[in-house]
Amino acid sequence: METFLQVVTNGLMLGGLFAIVSVGLTLIFGIVKVINFAHGEYLMIGMYLTFLLATGLDVHPYLTVAAVAPLLFVLGALTQRFLIQPLMHARDEHVQIFATVGLSTALMNLALLVFGADIASTPASGLRTSLHIGPVRILAGQAVIFCVSIALVVGLHYYLQRTQTGRAIRAVAQNRDAAQLMGINVNWIYVLTFGIGAACVGLAASLVAPLYPTQPTSGTYFVLIAFVVVVLGGLGSIGGAFVGAMIIGLIDSLSGFYIGSDLREVAVFGVFLLILILKPSGLFGRRSLAHVSP
Amino acid sequence: MLELKAVDAGYGATTILHSVSLNVQAGESVTIIGGNGAGKTTTLRTIIGLLRPTAGTIHFEGQDISRLSAHEVVELGITLVPEGRQLFPDMTVRENLYMGAFRRDARSQAEKTLKEVLELFPRVAERLDQQAESLSGGEQQMVAIARGLMARPRLLMFDEPSLGLAPIIVEQVFSVIDSIVKTGVTVLIVEQNVHHTLNAADRGYVLENGEVVLEDAAQALLTNDHVRQAYLGI
Ligand SMILES: Nc1ncnc2c1ncn2[C@@H]1O[C@H](COP(=O)(O)OP(=O)(O)O)[C@@H](O)[C@H]1O
Ligand SMILES: [Mg+2]
Repeated sequence: METFLQVVTNGLMLGGLFAIVSVGLTLIFGIVKVINFAHGEYLMIGMYLTFLLATGLDVHPYLTVAAVAPLLFVLGALTQRFLIQPLMHARDEHVQIFATVGLSTALMNLALLVFGADIASTPASGLRTSLHIGPVRILAGQAVIFCVSIALVVGLHYYLQRTQTGRAIRAVAQNRDAAQLMGINVNWIYVLTFGIGAACVGLAASLVAPLYPTQPTSGTYFVLIAFVVVVLGGLGSIGGAFVGAMIIGLIDSLSGFYIGSDLREVAVFGVFLLILILKPSGLFGRRSLAHVSP
Repeated sequence: MLELKAVDAGYGATTILHSVSLNVQAGESVTIIGGNGAGKTTTLRTIIGLLRPTAGTIHFEGQDISRLSAHEVVELGITLVPEGRQLFPDMTVRENLYMGAFRRDARSQAEKTLKEVLELFPRVAERLDQQAESLSGGEQQMVAIARGLMARPRLLMFDEPSLGLAPIIVEQVFSVIDSIVKTGVTVLIVEQNVHHTLNAADRGYVLENGEVVLEDAAQALLTNDHVRQAYLGI
C-alpha cells in the first residue's frame, strides 16, 4: 500500500512537471492557432538563463524567475511579431509550422554554439532534499513545481475570464473578425498571448533547472510529452492540459513500476492513442482537430 | 459623415467593387440594396477596415480612413453588426454585450449603456447568463444588434439583419432598427429584404455586380420600375 501511494505521488509530481511545461503551449495554440514547435527550445533557453543568472549572481535559482519570465515573454512576443505575423496571411498555414520548426532548430544550434554540448548544472539549492509527508517522500523542488503548476492554471483561468484583456484574448480565439469589429487589435493580442505563453515556460524553466541537467537538447525531452499532454487535454484547453498532464504522469509512474521501466513509453503512448481514437478532440477539446480553423 | 469616392475593393486579385461612391449624412438612415453576391458585404467590410480599398478613398467625419485597420475605425465611432451575427459562441450573452463596449469611448459607460440597451431588448435581458450559442437565431440577432449599440457608435451599420429569420422575427428586428433610427443614431443598412428596408430608410443605393446602378430617396426607389421588377417582384 505504501509503495502504491509513493508511486501515485511520484506520478502526480511528474504530472505537475508536465503541466507546467505544457500550459504555455496550449495557450498559444488555443489563441493564436499556431503550433509552436520551438516551445521546447524556449524551455531550454529559460533553463540556461536560470543557470547563468543563478551561478553568475549567486542567487537562489527561483529568484531568477523575475528576469527569466520577462525575457521569455519578450522572446515569445518577438517570435509572433517578426516570424509568425508576417506569415499569417500565407496561403498555406503549414508555412507557420515550418517556421517554428526552423526556429526550434536554429535556437538549438545557437545553444550548442554558445554553451557547447556539455551539461550545465544549476545549483540544487536544497531543492533535491526529500520531504516526508505521511508515508510518502517527495523532493522539495517537485512539490514546488506541483503547487506552482496548479497556481498557474488557476491564475491563467482567472486572467482569461475576469480581466478586460483576458476577455479580449478569448474573443479573438472565438471569432477573430468579430473581435476586430469590437475594436480589438488582433495582432497585438497575438503578440501578447505568445508572450504570455512563453513567459509561462520561462517560469517552468526556473523551477525545472535546479532538478534537471541543462543542455541544448533539454527542450526536446520535455516537448514531446508537452505535445502529448496538450493534444490529450484538448488543444487550447488549459484545464485539459493540466488533467492530461496528471494522467500521463500517473501512467508513466504506475507502468514504470508495475510493468517495467522499459515499457513506460509504450504505456503512455498506448493510452494516448486509445483516448484519441475514442475522443479525437481530446478530453476537453470542444471540436475535433479537423475543425480547428486558423 | 461617411463618404466613399470611387472605391475599388475585393479579395486577392479579384476586384468585387468597381468605383463605388456613396455617402451618409449625420442623422440619416441609408440603405444599400442588392441581390446575393452584389457586393453588399464587401462594401461594409471595406468601410470598417476588414478589407483595404485598392482604389478610391473613404472619409469619416472628414478623416481619411481608407488605410486604417478595423480596430482603428471602430475606435473612431463606426460599428458593424455583421452578417450571420458573429457572436462569441463560448461567452455568455452578458459577456458578448460587454465586448461590444470594448472601444475606449464606450468602456467607461458600459454599465449605463447596458441598462439603456436592455430596455430596448427585454428578451435579451432575460437571457444574460446563457451561452450565446444556446440562443435561437432571432435572439442571437437581437444580441448582435444590442452588442452593436453597446459601442455607442456614431454610425451603426447592419449587414442583412433579417437574413434567415422567420417573418415575425423580421418584423421585430425592423421595429428595433426603427427605434434606433429614432434615437438619432446614423444608420447604414444592407439588405435583400428590400421592402422592409426601403420603408425604414431615408435614402437608398442599388448595388449590382459591385457597381452602384441607382440612388434615390427610399420612397422613390419603392416606386422605381427597375427596383419593383428586380427586387420586389412586381
Ligand atoms: N472571402 C471571399 N473570397 C473571395 N471572394 C469572395 C469572398 N467573399 C465574397 N466573395 C465574392 O464577392 C462577391 C460579393 O460578395 P458579397 O459582398 O458577400 O455579396 P453580398 O453581401 O451582396 O451577397 C461574390 O461574388 C462572392 O463570391
Ligand atoms: Mg452579404
